[in-house]
Amino acid sequence: MIPAMTPLLVGAGAGFSGDRLDAAGPVVDTLIARDLPSVLIFETLAERTLALAQLQRRTDPDAGYEPLLAEMLGPILARCLAHRIRIVSNFGAANPRAAARRILRLAAESGLRAPRVAVVHGDDVSSDEHRPLLREAIGERLDAMNVVSANAYLGAEPIASALRDGADIVVAGRVADPSLVLGPAMAHFGWAADDWDRLGRGTMAGHLLECGAQVTGGYFADPGYKDVPGVHEPGFPIAEIREDGQFEIFKADGTGGCVTARTVKEQLLYEVHDPSAYLTPDVTADIGEAEVTEAGPDRVRLSGIRGHRRPDQLKVNVCTEAGWLAEGEVSYAGPGAEARARLAGDILRRRLDGTLQLRLDLIGVASVFADDAGRYLEAQPPGDARDVRIRVAARHDDRAAAQRLLREVTALYTCGPAGGGGVRTSIRMRLDTVSCFIPRAAIPAGFEVVA
Amino acid sequence: MTTRLHRLAHGRTGDKGDRSNISVIAYRPEFYETLVAEVTEARVAAILGHRRPRRVTRYLLPRLHAMNFVIDGVLDGGVNSSLNLDAHGKALAFLLLDMEVEVSAELAPLLVGPNP
Repeated sequence: MIPAMTPLLVGAGAGFSGDRLDAAGPVVDTLIARDLPSVLIFETLAERTLALAQLQRRTDPDAGYEPLLAEMLGPILARCLAHRIRIVSNFGAANPRAAARRILRLAAESGLRAPRVAVVHGDDVSSDEHRPLLREAIGERLDAMNVVSANAYLGAEPIASALRDGADIVVAGRVADPSLVLGPAMAHFGWAADDWDRLGRGTMAGHLLECGAQVTGGYFADPGYKDVPGVHEPGFPIAEIREDGQFEIFKADGTGGCVTARTVKEQLLYEVHDPSAYLTPDVTADIGEAEVTEAGPDRVRLSGIRGHRRPDQLKVNVCTEAGWLAEGEVSYAGPGAEARARLAGDILRRRLDGTLQLRLDLIGVASVFADDAGRYLEAQPPGDARDVRIRVAARHDDRAAAQRLLREVTALYTCGPAGGGGVRTSIRMRLDTVSCFIPRAAIPAGFEVVA
Repeated sequence: MTTRLHRLAHGRTGDKGDRSNISVIAYRPEFYETLVAEVTEARVAAILGHRRPRRVTRYLLPRLHAMNFVIDGVLDGGVNSSLNLDAHGKALAFLLLDMEVEVSAELAPLLVGPNP
């Protein structure tokens, strides 16, 4: 009889680039205490983050990876290396090799042994040699685009290969977020790349971990409806994955937050479209028959997850320069505040008519639910809100034209309705994203060890 | 009786491009049938009407006592194109939870949260 394989623990240290830097510590402590094969992931690469990183790399060839890389790894690197907790992340962003060099430098500065750092390559398809591929997928309109970045969503295989090769740390750029967890599971259990049910389960474990605290009581509290204990310090999640792919979610010891059927269901469906076809580069995961069971305090078991054949094509995101976004805000309070704010909006419309198409929000009356065309706001009858902040936003290809919005909002101080205060204005470059699909064979992915 | 969906269900919005998904998850299994009857594609399309969605698709997850709404063309072009402060549309789940639903008298004592 073959002995049952040891489960694998995968903990999440970050769920996005701006995540808390003190989150990973308790996760690592918990992984050490459990004394099982363990991996720590950091997911730090939203759609837009990668384009911004590419812009940074243009000005500095050694930049373009997660700017807080050293701050993220600093508190936990020594313990991870000492206890063989491997680290897998997409914090390489637009420059995984530079990130790997930074990690080696960090280890040296801290007096640690040099970790074996592997870099996943193949996702960046922004170079001239890939141009024909992109043009075939996107069409002629590509010619008019000012491309900032173009990256394919790679899957778990290069991560798994790097771990089998003995990597302590795997640095990727664009990979599908759940692949950060599936890769370690494939390497640990030896799952085949067409073992669809197991890959589907490992993928959904990754899906539940990839946003950090969003499965442990973060992004969940709704006072009086959904209360969260220790809400100021939710522990980050850990998945305990078995050889058959079934898994349980729990959280770091001694932390706040909670793991319940409710927190897990919300995150299970987060950014999912057809629940029976959650597409990743690795598998078509199927949660149509999934069940969620509370298996203990702050511990939830997933079952019924299946998988089907993976898509033949890889998704590629192309980010392009798209002009400028200008925003301005000013507040009105007290009697007649709403009427004065609405009047400020009318003034801005008249002043900028013909130059900029304005979006107008009355924060405190109608804002985030509304639409760019202003239909929602128009449908709100004028009321007597007493503390209203008006916000205007517009885009323009020409920076100087967009800048006019800032000047007009600022001028409301002396030329606008009575009592306006707290003007804030900003302008920033806009980026657009176009997604397309490219045959897998055209995008060879792999890894290399950085010395 | 009539109450807000907020007292029967919780939910979360996700976005990809110009597509939003909003989960509606029953607080208790007993509420699920009411959700299926009340929170229809047509009603969701009407609530989000000012956003001019191209299509609303509802997926049922009876084992989770949940539904997943996938709404196309509802984000004014998506996170990079929209001029909304909340370009992701993250707040939209609470627009849905504010809708009125009809519940039977037996369910009334089970409702979650304070009666507004």
